[in-house]
Amino acid sequence: MTTAHPVSLKTDGESGLAQHAARREAMAVLAGSDTGELAALLAAAGELPAHEELRKPESGLLMLRGRISGDGSPFNVGELTVARAAVKLASGEMGFGYVLGRDHEKARFVALCDALVQTDRFRPLIENGVIEPLRARQREARKLAAERTAATRVEFFTLVRGEDDK
Amino acid sequence: MYVAVKDGERAIENAHTLLAHERRGDPQVPGLSLAQISEQLALAVDRVMSEGSLYDRELAALAIKQARGDLIEAIFLLRAYRATLPRFGMSEPVDTGAMTVRRRISAAFKDLPGGQVLGPTFDYTHRLLDHMLAGDTAVAQPQSVPVQADAMPRVSDLLAADGLIEPSPQPDASKPVGDLTREPLSFPAERDLRLQNLARGDEGFLLALGYSTQRGYGRTHPFAGEIRLGEVDVEFFAEEVGFAVPLGRITMTECQMINQFHGSATQAPQFTRGYGLVFGHGERKAMTMALVDRALRARELGEEANAPAQDEEFVLSHSDNVQATGFVEHLKLPHYVDFQAELGLVRRMRADFEATADERLAIQEAAE
Repeated sequence: MTTAHPVSLKTDGESGLAQHAARREAMAVLAGSDTGELAALLAAAGELPAHEELRKPESGLLMLRGRISGDGSPFNVGELTVARAAVKLASGEMGFGYVLGRDHEKARFVALCDALVQTDRFRPLIENGVIEPLRARQREARKLAAERTAATRVEFFTLVRGEDDK
Repeated sequence: MYVAVKDGERAIENAHTLLAHERRGDPQVPGLSLAQISEQLALAVDRVMSEGSLYDRELAALAIKQARGDLIEAIFLLRAYRATLPRFGMSEPVDTGAMTVRRRISAAFKDLPGGQVLGPTFDYTHRLLDHMLAGDTAVAQPQSVPVQADAMPRVSDLLAADGLIEPSPQPDASKPVGDLTREPLSFPAERDLRLQNLARGDEGFLLALGYSTQRGYGRTHPFAGEIRLGEVDVEFFAEEVGFAVPLGRITMTECQMINQFHGSATQAPQFTRGYGLVFGHGERKAMTMALVDRALRARELGEEANAPAQDEEFVLSHSDNVQATGFVEHLKLPHYVDFQAELGLVRRMRADFEATADERLAIQEAAE
């Protein structure tokens, strides 16, 4: 899997870095999605190109690392279950799916989307039809959670002890 | 030594069928779904993930159900499951500074930048049983207020500016990160291995040890500098992809304990730190982990080390509840041959004792 391939050449240089950033952002949104919703959006996105399985979906473990005191040297905290898959489009683009949990279908969907966003032809379809609706929903959910958290913020100036009045 | 027990198979099979029947309980009562356990017994799930050392809510919920709520048994099940999967690699270290914070408090600074947010906490509840929960009544909608987009720097960063607190140990690329799941523990253990051990250690055991340091057995004068709970991004550098792939977000609890340190011949007095980081919402565990982490640094900081919590071999060898329960519970296995040998020995010793009774009596009389 680490051997050189034509697609990797496109990721060199500045445009390559920008593409990495865009793929990473898309992967984060896709990984955070609900499989059912992702499947429905993909199904509604229209005709998708032929692709082959580069790596059959499989489950495994990832050792999670933390840092001592949050920002120091690393240590192993514990493991996570991970599902992964890889696909290759007929046009050559390879897509990779890594998601927390053991959902093989989700890993495969993420891999397919990752491959598709690397093509000029399908990028708008996947971005507008799949990723953006998921992103919007996630943004909304996080905003609500943040607002509920903010309501539990302690405003210390309201806490005046009686004896301080004397 | 153990001996095979013949003809036990039928009894064992029937016992397991009976166990399954007992586990289900009264069939008139609806069966529990994994989603119910994961959603409504969320902290039990968090504890099983943390001490099972495997983050997977669904599997942890299944383990709790299978173990009939016996959390140590559930942790055992999760550890056993883990051994069936291949490891893809190590994550990038999580950045708790970038956590989407749902709770963040400090007992050291009242007005810390970013503020204190209580989040979902048992603190300040009256610990009175709420009989409303006996039913399934609707709960109030949480309040929402606009978010102030203040950064939440680590409390330690506030003290670091003046050199009042020790810096974090810096990464050393030449030193591989220790991993207990790959090589057995040996002593003295580096801090990375100690923290891994504590992260999966038994909460009750660590709680007692942390408590013992507060009561004077290896006093460390701790302050809860900061406790934060929330979601962090998990990333993995996958070679075939060529960049760090985001895999999703997990919930973690972090505790930065700040401790007094008088200084040594070579070091000016400054605050030192203990660190706790655990899967899920595990505040008590993160705090006790930080207390014990700091206690175990006694040798490194040139402190007198004579309390149990400062004895790394004692702490790290007994913190794992799967190992502990395995060794304690193995006493239930047939030890018939061992016991026969002991029985023979006790009989012989008693015979010797009786044979020499007159002799002892004579010695005693002579002494008087």
